[in-house]
Amino acid sequence: MNSSSMMALLPILMLSLTVVVLMIQASIKRDQSIAWMITGIGFLVSLWAAGYARGFTQTVTVLLSVDDWGLYFTTLVLLASVVTLVLSKDTFSPEGERKEEFYLLLVLSVLGAVVLIQSTHMVSLLLGMELMGVALYAMIAFPERGQLPLEAAIKYLVLSACASAMLLYGFALLYAATGDLSYAGIGTKAILAYAQNPVLVISGTVLVLAGICFKLSLVPFHMWTPDVYEGAPTPVTGFLATVSKGAVFVALARFFIEGQLYQYSSLIGVLSMVAIASMLIGNLLALKQNNVKRLLAYSSIAHFGYLLVVLVALAYQDGPLVNEAITFYLGAYILTTLLAFSVVATIAGEEEEKNDITFFEGLFWRKRIQAIGLTVAMLSFAGIPLTAGFMGKFYIISVGIQSGLWWLLAALVMGSAIAIYYYLRIIFAMSKASKISSDSPTQAQDLLVIVLVAMVIMLGSWPQPFIEIAGRL
Amino acid sequence: MIMVNLILILLVGGLLAMISERFGKNVPRIVALGIVLIDLVYLLSQLSGMSDLTQLQAPIPSDPGTWLMHFKAEWIPAFGISLELALDGISLLMVTLTLVLGAIAVSASWTDIKIRRGFFEANLLWTLAGVLGVFMALDLFLFFLFWEVMLIPMYFMIAIWGHENRGYAAMKFFIFTQVSGLLMLISILALVSVNQSATGQWSFSYFDLLGTPMSEKVAHWLMLGFFIAFVVKLPAFPFHTWLPDAHTQAPTAGSVILAGILLKTGAYGLIRFAVPLFPEAAMDFSYVAMALGAAGIIYGAILAFGQTDFKRLIAYSSVSHMGFVLLGVYAWNELALQGAVMQMVAHGFSTAALFMIAGALQERLHTRELREMGGLWQHMPRMGAVAMFFVLASLGLPGLGNFVAEFLVLLGLFQVDPWMTAVAALGLIAGAVYSLMLMQRSFHGEPNPKLTEMGLVDFGTREMITMVVMMLALIGLGIYPQPLLDMAQPVLQSLLEVTP
Repeated sequence: MNSSSMMALLPILMLSLTVVVLMIQASIKRDQSIAWMITGIGFLVSLWAAGYARGFTQTVTVLLSVDDWGLYFTTLVLLASVVTLVLSKDTFSPEGERKEEFYLLLVLSVLGAVVLIQSTHMVSLLLGMELMGVALYAMIAFPERGQLPLEAAIKYLVLSACASAMLLYGFALLYAATGDLSYAGIGTKAILAYAQNPVLVISGTVLVLAGICFKLSLVPFHMWTPDVYEGAPTPVTGFLATVSKGAVFVALARFFIEGQLYQYSSLIGVLSMVAIASMLIGNLLALKQNNVKRLLAYSSIAHFGYLLVVLVALAYQDGPLVNEAITFYLGAYILTTLLAFSVVATIAGEEEEKNDITFFEGLFWRKRIQAIGLTVAMLSFAGIPLTAGFMGKFYIISVGIQSGLWWLLAALVMGSAIAIYYYLRIIFAMSKASKISSDSPTQAQDLLVIVLVAMVIMLGSWPQPFIEIAGRL
Repeated sequence: MIMVNLILILLVGGLLAMISERFGKNVPRIVALGIVLIDLVYLLSQLSGMSDLTQLQAPIPSDPGTWLMHFKAEWIPAFGISLELALDGISLLMVTLTLVLGAIAVSASWTDIKIRRGFFEANLLWTLAGVLGVFMALDLFLFFLFWEVMLIPMYFMIAIWGHENRGYAAMKFFIFTQVSGLLMLISILALVSVNQSATGQWSFSYFDLLGTPMSEKVAHWLMLGFFIAFVVKLPAFPFHTWLPDAHTQAPTAGSVILAGILLKTGAYGLIRFAVPLFPEAAMDFSYVAMALGAAGIIYGAILAFGQTDFKRLIAYSSVSHMGFVLLGVYAWNELALQGAVMQMVAHGFSTAALFMIAGALQERLHTRELREMGGLWQHMPRMGAVAMFFVLASLGLPGLGNFVAEFLVLLGLFQVDPWMTAVAALGLIAGAVYSLMLMQRSFHGEPNPKLTEMGLVDFGTREMITMVVMMLALIGLGIYPQPLLDMAQPVLQSLLEVTP
């Protein structure tokens, strides 16, 4: 461990430092606005560190690999965390609750996500996932009143534990087959092991994939999603949908690529089925939702189904296009989701009944900026041109066509067709005549929405600079 | 830059119209009318400097230099996507039609729209901008962008200012067009991908993609993707079900734009993209397409006959009339194509006028139900006479534009398939039946006593001016169609050379 590798680890170190400072602060004087400031500064310093670390890309021990790709996602995750932080300040009701721990948990969870993004080894994968997950359980259950958050947290905790168990069992089987736990090691040794004992290798990887698919809430591991999305405080839901899912998908992509899993046709078959089921079932179940958070939960299931198409395509091509597609789509998805949840958090706050779609009626005439924000988010989710979501879909369809994945593309078209209905429903509700009067959002909330809308539109209408960046990673 | 300016004027104009509501409730409509007229004058002034438009050179499809105008700027070079716009005789016709009908649509919204006028006019102008983009874009990515983006303001126009069942209609309209658009996107990307593997270059330019070598099977599938997107918009039987709902529920100005312009983007797409990009596949497919066209003519006419809702009847008549366009395109000879182009223009005017009459009736009677009308001529003689004129135009009275169009289509079609021509010609009879029935039930017959008490107001000056413009256009097209035919002829000639 020399100084250069310390530089590479700077984002992780800075986040850890923030955790320590937060704990010290809590022991001296409990004050949530100070904690909020410290967290914010910690995130900003980590963002800077993520940029700085680009000069020191390398593999740090067998556990972590700091590369441009990982640092890009680290930046993205940190940006999402900043948004979560901004939202959680306004939406948590301040009266009498002790919220300093919330910020501590938030930083811990981000730390886990960053480790997960940079992991190249089963151990760091598990470490990152659990650190992120455990902090998240507490964040979901954080509001002291109401049963929903508690129910959501327990549901997530119990099911996550099952998923982790599957993951661990998968590791064990893979270790038994190959004698290695690093992705690259598994990649080279699994082929030989597969020749001797295919069942062991395949069942091991399928178990690992099942564990990961649970975190990504892909069908058939999606049952927890709507309840947790609904029950969790809205900023935390946004965090779960962006940081947690994004980091896990990056880990999955790394495992899939470095572990050379695309060679096994049976795995590709399983993954294709999961992708098709997620696209169709996710979108179908979203149709009847009246709660906007539940609706977004189902829509996120479908979106990760779309993303899986890219991984399946790896079996047929190893172009730079696949990497670019993951980079771009995930970026677009995270930005759009943040936009959607920041509007929902502002409009609905923490009152459960306000998440109902009827509460969004007439939003255009009440809170124009927020309504435009949600409209752009919905259009981006639906993949309408000039939004980031369209360029993402453009990438996925391109990759799918070049690999000849016609069945998956057919499912994508059907899924998108269904999806338009429920995205439009929200837009339509907002355009109705308003019956409800409500207090206007603060300037900070409006500013956040404006910035996010600008980013989503920018990515969709002038993507060239971004494509160049993605191509270089 | 002229073409970019045309679009930009409308986009910025939309914003201005929206802001101008602060200065008074009636300001937006004036601003919007001004913007559309400025755009039209700008286009005409730029054209006047050019050589005689009726003696255009035949543009070579693969050589942009031979086109009337051509503009290209880099946009997303990583994928070979550029802002490429070009104009030839047909696009010029369509662009002019769009702007003229745009002005008419603003006039239709004059008193019809009561709330949020600024936002309405903005949406109207943005839809026009999108349609202009569709007619001028020759980069397939850009084309798709305009194709999809123009839906959003149109969606808002139906969803916010529509009639009683607007939510359903707007949703159906959007889903139909968007899903079929997605199929087209897949076709576009697959075509580009085939081209890329052949040349090693990413390019979305129409000029590069023409003549892409591909196997028969691939060409067939890709052609279908384009075909479905365009016939949904056209709309052709059996993809027409969104149309009656959308047209009926839209506010008058929305119906005018939908029927007058938006439907034509589908026909334009067929002529410009679906056939030239896949000539062999399209020709193999032409019988299916023509059968759909003929079926649409008959089916639309029968359903129109069964309607008792004024707007719905006109909407179904559109399905019938658009069948002629589909027949004309897929007969793919010069006469039939001339007819199709002519029909696009003539139907634009006649249907726009009929929808305006329907809107005017709705505004006065608060109903579109034919059974509650009758004898309206006595109270509103001017409106009655105007309605009579456009009903006759719509049923194909010789001397008016629609007759020339349908006649040319049938003439061209007869060279290809006499039997299909016979079936299509039946549509003319059916057209006379439902059109006259519409006239009979609304303006003639026993007056409804309830209506006489309402103190009906006849067409005023503004409405008469709008109507007279459209009447003159139809008479001009009917009596002296040659300039229009001359404008389209070189383009059609060069397109015909693309196919075997």
